[in-house]
Amino acid sequence: MLQIGNHLETILQLSNLDKRYGLIHAVNNLTFSIQKGNVYGILGPNGSGKSTTLGMLLNVVNPSSGNFQWFGGTTSTHEALKKVGAIIERPNFYPYMTAAQNLELVCKIKGISYEKIDEKLELVNLLDRRNDKFRTYSLGMKQRLAIASALLNDPEILILDEPTNGLDPKGIQEIRNIIKIISQQGTTILLASHLLDEVEKVCTHVVVLQKGEKLYEGRTDLMTQSFGIVELKSENEWEKINALVSNYLGVQKIEKDGDLILVYLNNEINTSHLNQFLFENGIVLSHLKMTKPSLEQRFLDLTES
Amino acid sequence: MWRLLQIELQKIRHHRGSKFLIISYFLLLTSLALIASIKFDIGPVKFHLADQGIFNFPYIWHLNTFLASMLKIFLMLVIVSMMSNEYSNNTLKQNLIDGLSKKEFVLSKFYTVILFATISTIFVGLTTLILGLIYSDYTEWAIITTDLNYLISYFIKLVAFFSFGLFLGVLVKRSAFAIGALFLWFIVESIFIGLMRWNWKVENYEHYTQFLPLNAMSNLIKEPFTRFNAVKSVAQQIGETIQKDFSVQFTDVMIVTIWTAIFVYGTYYILEKRDL
Repeated sequence: MLQIGNHLETILQLSNLDKRYGLIHAVNNLTFSIQKGNVYGILGPNGSGKSTTLGMLLNVVNPSSGNFQWFGGTTSTHEALKKVGAIIERPNFYPYMTAAQNLELVCKIKGISYEKIDEKLELVNLLDRRNDKFRTYSLGMKQRLAIASALLNDPEILILDEPTNGLDPKGIQEIRNIIKIISQQGTTILLASHLLDEVEKVCTHVVVLQKGEKLYEGRTDLMTQSFGIVELKSENEWEKINALVSNYLGVQKIEKDGDLILVYLNNEINTSHLNQFLFENGIVLSHLKMTKPSLEQRFLDLTES
Repeated sequence: MWRLLQIELQKIRHHRGSKFLIISYFLLLTSLALIASIKFDIGPVKFHLADQGIFNFPYIWHLNTFLASMLKIFLMLVIVSMMSNEYSNNTLKQNLIDGLSKKEFVLSKFYTVILFATISTIFVGLTTLILGLIYSDYTEWAIITTDLNYLISYFIKLVAFFSFGLFLGVLVKRSAFAIGALFLWFIVESIFIGLMRWNWKVENYEHYTQFLPLNAMSNLIKEPFTRFNAVKSVAQQIGETIQKDFSVQFTDVMIVTIWTAIFVYGTYYILEKRDL
């Protein structure tokens, strides 16, 4: 495929990654890649293997088989992680240290200077609390500190696992705003979530997981837009409409839903042409509407089948 | 190495409990010197411990390293809690995510163990030297430098004991239970030695029990009190031979060093195998 302007740079490549916990097959032969500059969402219901996948990528869970490569595989995982910022599940810091002391420790681990600490605390709006002990923080503040910590090294990629879990609406809003700012700065983001609107709002690409298996991988807009549903209503007999529409180019299936007829598409169609086609064949429509399925609808379609 | 040590010291420096234990430990080490001031002065009975010859070189090296090593449990608490807290705070996971490797994680703890043991050894060495110079009847250089290998034993003993703490901390994950496991281990070892000696009447039971980790550590510096009596009685009745060998044995050093390696590698092995 021809790329215009910038060429793709692979940040992360997973190849046949697999994890079993006894009888449970948590991650099943997972392969996908992360390209620089995109915002990825890993979508899946609870227990679909999202956290286990991230755990393997972040060196805390040992894969049963398969492998992954950071930045083309030129460095070891722990060296690569110094260029990554990650937050998983709950924010984990030393409760007896202040925010600044905790961030100093992260700087020491990543081998960078302390100079960015205040800048990042400012970004997440915690600068005035920099000298308070971590244990005195609310959950929302803890989560924001975790984001500041993940950004200390100006990472190549930011990994977030359920970043808004357990937060109140204001906290959720704050975290989403921060994510938006970061993605606008061109940072690659990998976001795991079971919240569909969250993924739909911020992600350019999506990977859908269920029971550890990949169901879909691709652009978020393609997932929701390349297909559509046309709603029809007509006084004419159903059998005739069914026969005509089923053979129309671009129609995947047709079904009756009360007095509505739903036409599922597998290609783009022009609704005026469809209308004209039906009219020429003696069908008069009283209602015709093109609808786009939400990500939620698509997600349910994928995970049900 | 400095980076890893600094990472660990940053974690300990701000921990109030650890600071308290470390300061108490060094205060108690210093207070060893206070034994010298023990004086009974009841009417006609005058007893001054320092005058009884217990601070004579080279015996004082043996006595002081033995007494000092009984205090090692204080630093053990610090080490066990700094390891198990990484589990209870989930910070081990965060350290790995931030880019510390599991090997570096264990090394940063082990370097701290070495640092603690080194400082303790220097501290005990200096205290003993000063105490000896004040109270010893013999201050010739040749006598002072005799039996300095007790200091080396002391160092090896501390490193081994603290490494055991690291291992238990990782194995058990909770500091209170890890300390409990240490006592349990001690009791099991004692019962085993007792069974061998009294019930099964194993001849040369010490030949086998010397391999048990805590027993091996305690064999490094044998209790000095009967030796002191022996020294005195030899002084009084010339010709009597001393039964027990109190010197530092090379086999004991080897056994303890091997246990240290097992504990440190075992810590790493558990971390490597375990999913977080």
